[in-house]
Amino acid sequence: MRTKWFTPWFYVIPALATLVFFLIYPSINTLIISFFGPQSKEFVGFSNYIYCFTNETMLSAFRNNLLWVAIFVPFTVFLGLILAVMLDRVHYESLIKSIIFMPMAISFVGAGVIWKFVYSYRPIGSGQIGILNAFLSYIGVQPIPWLIERPWLNNICLIIVGIWIWTGFCLVVLSASYKGIPRELLEAARVDGANEYRIFWKIILPLMKPTVAVIATTMLINVLKVFDIVYVMTNGGFSTEVIANRMYKEMFLFRNYGRASAIAILLLLFIIPMIVINVQRFKEQEATR
Amino acid sequence: MKPKFSQFLLNTPMHLFIILIAIIWVFPTVGLLITSFRPSSAVASSGWWTVLMHPFNFSQYTLANYYEVITKIGLGRTFLNTLIITLPACILPIIIASFAAYAFAWMEFWGRRFFFILFVGLLVVPLQMTLIPILRIFNKLGLSGSFFGIWLAHAGYGLPLVIYLMYNYISGLPSEIFESSTIDGATPFQIFKSIVIPLSVPAIASIAIFQFIWVWNDLLVALVYLGGTPNVAPLTVRISALVGSYGQNWELLTAAAFVSMVLPLIIFLSLQRYFVRGILAGSVKG
Repeated sequence: MRTKWFTPWFYVIPALATLVFFLIYPSINTLIISFFGPQSKEFVGFSNYIYCFTNETMLSAFRNNLLWVAIFVPFTVFLGLILAVMLDRVHYESLIKSIIFMPMAISFVGAGVIWKFVYSYRPIGSGQIGILNAFLSYIGVQPIPWLIERPWLNNICLIIVGIWIWTGFCLVVLSASYKGIPRELLEAARVDGANEYRIFWKIILPLMKPTVAVIATTMLINVLKVFDIVYVMTNGGFSTEVIANRMYKEMFLFRNYGRASAIAILLLLFIIPMIVINVQRFKEQEATR
Repeated sequence: MKPKFSQFLLNTPMHLFIILIAIIWVFPTVGLLITSFRPSSAVASSGWWTVLMHPFNFSQYTLANYYEVITKIGLGRTFLNTLIITLPACILPIIIASFAAYAFAWMEFWGRRFFFILFVGLLVVPLQMTLIPILRIFNKLGLSGSFFGIWLAHAGYGLPLVIYLMYNYISGLPSEIFESSTIDGATPFQIFKSIVIPLSVPAIASIAIFQFIWVWNDLLVALVYLGGTPNVAPLTVRISALVGSYGQNWELLTAAAFVSMVLPLIIFLSLQRYFVRGILAGSVKG
């Protein structure tokens, strides 16, 4: 479409101004602040970063985020994938999809309350009102303080909440991609005598690889930024700290803007590889237009 | 082909697996819902599943918890706050993004490619990168603790994704529309107003739902920019505070959580199609 040279700018400038104000300028400012003290008055060099890599709570936050990545990403993606393939073969597909997708509509705060109740724990002797511990008592096992038992069990319990929320997202996207595979291809393989297991690994998975990659990247970014679940359920207590919650605490609890900024920068550095992939993806898309 | 019934039996493990997953997924929410309708003495002394023994004995249900959280704890007002925050925070980025997406899709200008890549790249910048500088500016301008500030903030944070989704849709419109309208003497703004926007209604609907649920459920942005001001706080902020102060009053916590969930759930259940479309446009097309 032909326009005067300045016309497009009328359309782009509101967006550009908003993005400069809310994303670009603050990001640069955060980078600068990260080299200054708590109130950004004195230059401190790299000492905020050194703090991040030496402080014990920070290190445990890194470790926990790594645990989130290692469990959350494969679980959501793989469970979503299996369910997408399985649900295609049953006639109650849409009902189950709605059920698994529903947590996406619930806030992380709501999900935190829901699951805190599931994990709720009372000392032995008093009746358990959390369903997990009630079940344990019923089969004669001692109740477990799920959210206190550190450092593995409580973190895994939090990760399960994340999986509960995000699997539906993976399922919906992967299912759409699965339905795009030509049925004749799968039928042909069946006629040739391949079993379902082989078909899954040799045909379905390779064809869905691009979508799986996109979903895995999205989940990876989500997990690095995880905040709400931890904030609501344990607020980082009992060694469940994560990077984003740590940043929030440095910012509002300790009023140390230098350290908080350094943590934000580290978070960005972990995510930058994902930005590169995203831009690459866009370039490919442009090339095929 | 095998007869249907034996096929079904063969698939039994698969059906069992699917149903087991569905039960695991739905149980926690059912527990929340039931608990929110039980009197506090019952909640403290027995599990919510005991209700299922005689589910139609209505004397075991009560609305008292809802009455308490909405009036005494003041979630009625908080619900309203959330609505006041969410609606403009939904509309604003869509308006700004529609203009930009239209220019990126159908106009030639210097730096078009560069700016578009920049905008899309911003998609993955973590919010955390922006909180401190903006909070400082907001404090100076007196915008922290105000609805206006958080509308702008949500518009800014939502913008990259909304532009991306709008661009995907608008750039897919047939080019003949633009050619023939230009020949007929329509200005770019006329084309935008009377052709592009009306044609984009399906996309706008899914993006609006998407943004609505995202803003409604947001905790971090509200916590940072509205944090210290209780009379403007949305549900997420209020409820996360209640978790601390009402820790063991499950009948109140569950009722409060359900108050926060009811609107997104209604929207989700009635408009699921559009919601899914929005998600697919954002993640598969790319």
